Amino acid sequence: MNTTPDLMHTTSTLTFAHHWDHFLARWGYRRGEHRVTPGLYALGQPTPESPVFVTANYTLSFDALRSSLPGVDGYILVLDTQGVNVWCAAGKGTFGTDEIVRRVEATRLSEVVSHRTLILPQLGAPGVAAHEVKQRTGFKVEYGPVRAADLPEYLKTHQATPEMRQVRFPLRDRLVLIPVELVHLAGPTALAALVLAVLLGPLAASGAVAAVLAGAALFPILLPWLPTEDFSSKGFILGGLTALPLALASRKRGEGRGWPLAYLLSLPPVTAFLALNFTGATPFTSKSGVKREMFRYIRVMAGMFGAGVLLALGLRLTRRAK
Amino acid sequence: MTTCNEATGATGTRTGFVAQSKRNTLAFNADACINCGMCSAVCPQGVFAPGVRGARRVQIVRADACMECGACMRNCPTGALFVDSGVGCAAAMITEALRGLKKPTCGAPEPTCCGPEAACCG
Repeated sequence: MNTTPDLMHTTSTLTFAHHWDHFLARWGYRRGEHRVTPGLYALGQPTPESPVFVTANYTLSFDALRSSLPGVDGYILVLDTQGVNVWCAAGKGTFGTDEIVRRVEATRLSEVVSHRTLILPQLGAPGVAAHEVKQRTGFKVEYGPVRAADLPEYLKTHQATPEMRQVRFPLRDRLVLIPVELVHLAGPTALAALVLAVLLGPLAASGAVAAVLAGAALFPILLPWLPTEDFSSKGFILGGLTALPLALASRKRGEGRGWPLAYLLSLPPVTAFLALNFTGATPFTSKSGVKREMFRYIRVMAGMFGAGVLLALGLRLTRRAK
Repeated sequence: MTTCNEATGATGTRTGFVAQSKRNTLAFNADACINCGMCSAVCPQGVFAPGVRGARRVQIVRADACMECGACMRNCPTGALFVDSGVGCAAAMITEALRGLKKPTCGAPEPTCCGPEAACCG
């Protein structure tokens, strides 16, 4: 067959259905299924001279791109990244040189446009070798800004300012990550709280829930304002502050002097561990840094947690013996 | 893929490469650099300052901020940059350790630690 593959059409408008899809994605609902069909899309009324933008086949990536281009006529080349966003897919290599070459050939892009330039999101760069794409397809890779929202400004000169090139992690970006963290942790936390409620009472159960909420929800919000540099020690500080009222409450109840210590030993490491896990959701942690941090803190976390749990169980058993 | 051991070997023994920071694995071979500007275009952390017109090589101004995403290494046409790129994600590393995987991954098709626009896998 020698026919040109179908050109799909899209607009820069997002409907309620798109926003609903984004909401579900943020809550982790069918996380791998928020996909766009890979291929070539016409945005507006493009001509052979119109620019070509490349993105991932994750609905949030595709929608962020097209909704940033109102009034722009162009083409969007959607790569098959298996429903994963640009940055993560670039790390895996699915947003990569081979997939670009494959997709440029499959869509016969060189017959659709007269120029030879692809505009890529800057965060796709870890997976793409620009010089190799040029060599294999004839298309020059132009890295656009980090954020799609900066594209209209970028398109005026095709030069990104240092601000456009810098990745940031503002409060809004941190907030949207919280729901999926909570969804992942809801089951295990509920189970732990139930076991603790039966074994040790409601205060211990609420302690577990508080430690998890501090690590999964409060930590992302407070990240830049917590003192110290690494995530684990920030988590220990936040976990300590969370455990303090519980420790004081247990002391007030006069259940024995060991209880406050049990809370202060077992809860902060839970928050700190979740804080450490948040490294993967940020746009600035390095593999070397995280490795160093894990080496330094994981044993401390395990030791404190183990000691706290043993102490609580010991106190529970002695209370029963009395 | 480059393994950790190869990376150490590369930064330690490959001639011309000089480690740029104690905090990460970024290494630079100044003699190979042609100051094309690709590294400063792709780096999301402003590690490189675009070379002044006429300068022979790029300037590395924030080496400690390198997050080892590997974008500069992959896009350097002369191979003047090296970084042991990988995932700066504790959850992925723990999963790797538990499953005995060789390379941490976000776990496609369902990412385990990636926020839709947030970074996870460098």
